[in-house]
Amino acid sequence: MGLSVPSDHQVVSYAPEAQEGWVATRLDFLVNWARANSLWPMPFGTACCAIEFMATAASDFDLARFGMERMSFSPRQADVLICAGRVPFKLAPIIRRIWQQMPQPKWAISMGACASTGGMFDNYAVVQGIDTIIPVDVYVPGCPPRPEGLIYGIRMLQEKVKNERAADKGTRDEMEPDPSSQLYIPPSVIDELGEPFGNSVNQTRSGL
Amino acid sequence: MSRFEVVSTGDSASGSQPSTPTAIPHRGAPANPSAQALQQKFGPVITRVEVIWAETVVYVQRASAHAIIQWLHDDPAQRYNFLSDVTAVEYRDPGVPIEVVWHLRSLPFRRFLRVKAELEKGQPLEIDSVYDIYRSADWLERECYDMFGIRFRGHPDLRRILMWEQYKEGYPLRKDFPLRGRFSRSEQLRQALAQNPEARYSMEELSIADAYAELPEDMRERLSKGERTGE
Repeated sequence: MGLSVPSDHQVVSYAPEAQEGWVATRLDFLVNWARANSLWPMPFGTACCAIEFMATAASDFDLARFGMERMSFSPRQADVLICAGRVPFKLAPIIRRIWQQMPQPKWAISMGACASTGGMFDNYAVVQGIDTIIPVDVYVPGCPPRPEGLIYGIRMLQEKVKNERAADKGTRDEMEPDPSSQLYIPPSVIDELGEPFGNSVNQTRSGL
Repeated sequence: MSRFEVVSTGDSASGSQPSTPTAIPHRGAPANPSAQALQQKFGPVITRVEVIWAETVVYVQRASAHAIIQWLHDDPAQRYNFLSDVTAVEYRDPGVPIEVVWHLRSLPFRRFLRVKAELEKGQPLEIDSVYDIYRSADWLERECYDMFGIRFRGHPDLRRILMWEQYKEGYPLRKDFPLRGRFSRSEQLRQALAQNPEARYSMEELSIADAYAELPEDMRERLSKGERTGE
């Protein structure tokens, strides 16, 4: 655990005869340690990735080991949005609204190929990556990812949380979308992200 | 005859349990007896009958489709009391008409019948709704309208059901619809994000319109200003 530092240079015996003591550490370190080990997930499960997410939360893989056993079905009490599954366009304003309802500090995990890129659903109905709607911290590859994969992503997110510094002012700023289009990244970037790749470049577009 | 009584026919008449048929031929299996009854009753309105994988497909003229389904529902020897699906098929060949398909099931007689009506391309895609016969046609016909643009005359509330109400790109399951949609990804996302996720009701929803006076003040105010679920 993070607090068990060597006693000879940070833990000073203040009053040994009273059996009391005190601990000195960086405030950043303490806050990040507490945050990283009590991330409350907001499960946004829309497809088969949600099944793997449920398996991760269940006793075999035991998400509680990482302080995440408390699923927060209210976005106002959540720290991490875990988008598990494809997001159709009809859900785009809803995931955006949930993200806006979550209080800072907050993070997002995009779980699986569909949430990250649209996956094999390169069609008219599916958002090509939720990073076009909300900022994403960790992408977990897989179709769907195994629980170990998701846990690896969660550990990466914990590393990211532990390396944050209170002195970095910009990290907790709320990202404001463009008021006219509600997009927060330029349309040309979204078009580029949505370009077909791999086998789907060979699919024909009909003439209309 | 009670509503849920099962009429024993075929195998089950001898007291044995119904079983899953095996070794079904692609074509040539005996037709559903309802097909012959339809031909006797309606004559040339039934344009052709096919049996594919032991499932009987009856092609009917579009103007008579409603009357035929009504008869199948009402006739005591048919009693098709369950509508499992309404959908449509568009073929890649531009000369082949769009077909509207009804999947009917007779629970008392344990029969399945597929009725198809052909809509010529180049004409308005319109056909009579069977909502007055089967209430379950409500959402099925709305989905068919949403995906193919076929208008069901007599449907009480023909709106999109899968795509949002103000979806502008067309009818996604039509062959002239590009797989990725007509607009660019950023434009699609912009229009999707313009939906208001809290506008659950619009005045088109008839039951809500009826209860308009009883709605909370803020909701009445929002609806009176023409709130919609999207742009």
